[in-house]
Amino acid sequence: MSDAWIKVCAADALAIEDVMRFDHGERTLIVCRTADGSYHVADGICTHEKVHLADGCVLGNAIECAKHNGRFDLRTGDAVRRPCRVPIARYDVKIEGGEVYARLG
Amino acid sequence: MANALSLPRNYALDGPENRRAVERGLANATWYTSPIPRARMRQLMQRKDGPAIRDTVIWFALLAVSGALGGLAWGTWWAVPAFAVYGVLYASVSDSRWHECGHGTAFKTSWMNEVIYHLASFMAVRAPTPWRWSHARHHSDTIIVGRDPEIAVPRPPRIARLLANFTHLVSAPKDLANMLRHSVGRLHPAERDFIPEGEERAIFWTSRAHLAIYAAFVFWAIAARSVLPLMYVGLPTLYGSWLMVVFGLTQHAGLAEDVLDHRLNCRTVSLNPVLRWLYWNMNYHVEHHMFPMAPYHALPALHEVLKADMPPPYRGLWEAYREIIPTIWRQSKDPTYFVRRPLPAPPPNNSLDAARA
Ligand code: FES
Repeated sequence: MSDAWIKVCAADALAIEDVMRFDHGERTLIVCRTADGSYHVADGICTHEKVHLADGCVLGNAIECAKHNGRFDLRTGDAVRRPCRVPIARYDVKIEGGEVYARLG
Repeated sequence: MANALSLPRNYALDGPENRRAVERGLANATWYTSPIPRARMRQLMQRKDGPAIRDTVIWFALLAVSGALGGLAWGTWWAVPAFAVYGVLYASVSDSRWHECGHGTAFKTSWMNEVIYHLASFMAVRAPTPWRWSHARHHSDTIIVGRDPEIAVPRPPRIARLLANFTHLVSAPKDLANMLRHSVGRLHPAERDFIPEGEERAIFWTSRAHLAIYAAFVFWAIAARSVLPLMYVGLPTLYGSWLMVVFGLTQHAGLAEDVLDHRLNCRTVSLNPVLRWLYWNMNYHVEHHMFPMAPYHALPALHEVLKADMPPPYRGLWEAYREIIPTIWRQSKDPTYFVRRPLPAPPPNNSLDAARA
């Protein structure tokens, strides 16, 4: 665990309603850009079954899982559509110098 | 270790094949996906309200017109074609609407998916919550024996049952029994395998609501001394589900079990626009299973993008049934037999990476 900010990607690497996978150590995460242009970083594996959320799509403020169309609200991590019921962890994000940073502590 | 494979296989979710599938790595496994450029996939995943609103308005209008004509013509032979149309629209078309709205892909607006999902569940005589979870399992473990609750043709096929089910004579009593079981607060043991805890309340109360509606129509029919009210609600499942079965059998019947590639256990069948409207494009079944996020209106375009990596589609229901009927017949004598779908040669690795980029 660390409180350090880590560089994730260039801010312009993501379009509106876009998602990208990134790995940090053993962890798989996603960085997303929602419909309002804001950036979010969250755990990258669906809490329903072990499926990469980066294979899904961002719809409005939510990420939809590719396997069963479950959804998580990226602003809160809450599971907002069945079959997902357990939230995903999300992390602090900042944009500096055109780069996306996340604090994965 | 679970038992070695024995024939005939045990398809029960609470039987030994479930554990065997888990041990063999067939449960919640990683499935083959065809390469598709990410940007193109993002386009194809876009949700819209327009197509489903249009189709739903047409559907309701056709139900109203055919139902009204049937009522007006009641007592004459003209009621037969009117209710034949009404029944298919009610009991068969509701299946495809149930399916797409269950995936949450038909409409962009979530509540619209939910409203039509619940309405179509009632019309198709399905318990909405158990079927939501059952269908999620069907997508996780498609035609994996002991895991998939939606295997329509277990081997060896029971041909008389299959034929009887064109009028839902087999499944309607089962649906009714399930509804009664749920209404008294009980789940079937097999349902426990795919329905998580916490869903019971919704299941039990929905089944009570469905039963109350059916009871109201039965009382109405008794009071009116006429079967007419039941022609609108209740009986369509018997006289209008046949098209759902015709479509549904093409999806997986006779194909491989226990494989992790949807190209081997699903069929894509070319259909004319009217049938595709009735079926909401579920004839693109390989594509749907491989990419369930693509809405029904995007499936023809998805098919075009993927077709080089797919087995050839069947050129209509006729061609599909020319394979399905003899296969089922043969499987009734030899349950090890199945249709082997031809796969195109895999593209070289570097072009795969480029295609996925
Ligand atoms: S694996 Fe994500 S919704 Fe099922």
